[in-house]
Amino acid sequence: MNPTLRGVLPILTVLLAIVVIWYGAAVWMNAPWVRDQAARAETLLTTGDLIRQTLTLERPVLPAPHQVAAGLWEGIAGQKITSKRSLVWHGWVTLSATLAGFAIGTVAGILLAVGIVHNRAMDQSVMPWAVASQTVPILAIAPMVIVVFASAGITSLLPKAIIAAWLSFFPVLVGMVKGLRTPDAMQLDLMHSWNASRAQQFWRLRLPSSLPYLFASLKVAIAAALVGTIVGELPAGATAGLGARLLSGSYYGQTVQIWSALFAAAILAAVLVMLIGALERMTLRRMGLAR
Amino acid sequence: MQVARRSETAIAAKSISLTFPTADGPVHALKDISLAINRGDFVSFIGPSGCGKTTFLRTIAALETPTGGTLSVNGMTPDAARKARAYGYVFQAPGLYPWRTIAGNISLPLEIMGFSRSDRAQRIARVLDLVDLTGFGGKYPWQLSGGMQQRASIARALAFDADILLMDEPFGALDEIVRDRLNEALLDLWKKTGKTIGFVTHSIPEAVYLSTKIVVMSPRPGRITRVIDSPLPRERPLEIRDTPEFIALAQQVREGLREGHSYD
Repeated sequence: MNPTLRGVLPILTVLLAIVVIWYGAAVWMNAPWVRDQAARAETLLTTGDLIRQTLTLERPVLPAPHQVAAGLWEGIAGQKITSKRSLVWHGWVTLSATLAGFAIGTVAGILLAVGIVHNRAMDQSVMPWAVASQTVPILAIAPMVIVVFASAGITSLLPKAIIAAWLSFFPVLVGMVKGLRTPDAMQLDLMHSWNASRAQQFWRLRLPSSLPYLFASLKVAIAAALVGTIVGELPAGATAGLGARLLSGSYYGQTVQIWSALFAAAILAAVLVMLIGALERMTLRRMGLAR
Repeated sequence: MQVARRSETAIAAKSISLTFPTADGPVHALKDISLAINRGDFVSFIGPSGCGKTTFLRTIAALETPTGGTLSVNGMTPDAARKARAYGYVFQAPGLYPWRTIAGNISLPLEIMGFSRSDRAQRIARVLDLVDLTGFGGKYPWQLSGGMQQRASIARALAFDADILLMDEPFGALDEIVRDRLNEALLDLWKKTGKTIGFVTHSIPEAVYLSTKIVVMSPRPGRITRVIDSPLPRERPLEIRDTPEFIALAQQVREGLREGHSYD
């Protein structure tokens, strides 16, 4: 077996299994409705009819994979990208807030980590608050953030970015505290023997040593930022973004629309994580830190 | 010049002690250590683990602070000497930064100490030559063997012209063949530079081959049991290890180690 095939085969097997289970579930979950309709119209259903109809409903309980694929394709390629029905447009709205929130969260996480590593008072006081911030359900916080910002006349990107940052600063903080503390006693002794200042120690030793940890955290953080943004798009009747698409889909029973938006979000997250992974590989290889 | 400085004392310790408080009561890492090291000496510290040889080296480097006694390095307190760049320290592991080239690693202390770019380049070239690594400046640490990496770390310790070189089992992690070669190279380097060298080891032949003065230590509490001045000439080919003088000296060190080893 050639190596690429060996790598891809397990993935394809799992994917195939999921698709098969999904089709089975779609038939099973949509069947009651189809049977009802048939009984009301007093028509007889063959098994073939039943299966065909369960997979082609306009508002199925669970849409079949091909319906979601069609919905996704329609949303991405079937519209002008400026259209309010375009998933590309909604995706961009979500992506821009995600990236802004990710940037804010990363900077905040790094700064807090630097403070914790260099300042005893911060070392003992910041972490419990950071942990507490993550135990508050984001679903409860998000509407308040949106409302508070809206009352100040600020809508759209910034409030969503704040919610995204709320979720994404934490993994960066934890990873960077660990990363900045990786240099061992010998490395620190060497720096001390050269009479290096704390700033020199930071820029030349601690920061470069922490990069593998930073990248691992960034992957978690960007996925968290996307979740935060989508949650931020749910309340207050947002009209743009993948979250709004999810919400309006559920208002009107447009299950295909919900699932399309869900998959669009999943694909977006996967692409973002992969991009950071590529950046990680490039940087660490250049620095001789690749494992 | 070297001859004129020979009689000067580089490191003077008077009844140094160092006690760590632990949950099981105080641990005497060093007790009543008195020793004078002359400029240009090559001093080895030998003894079983826990005898305080590394700790004593670290007090000279101001990486540990004695709890009693007085210690002077170049006529200053160890901490003042550290700030005056009196010593270069070589650890058992090379501790090179993987993200810097060999030249970049040697440049690191020079950057921290504020040497100019052109001065740095000159010094890097000089110390690379001194440890026989000319041409390897552009390589990354992982491209070099363990022995070469340790030579690079010695070059790094030499780059800023400290006149004391402190080495804590620098060749402990290397195999014997490489170790022999590096010992020879180290003697050569010592001859060329006239540095004062403090060298921690637990190999008797290594200590005897390299040193002008051998300090035998023993544990619990860490103390000096014997100080042996080597009668061997400064010029030492590897073959010297088969001479009767060498073997007699090794015997003396071994006795010193046995003496300090108590089971009570």
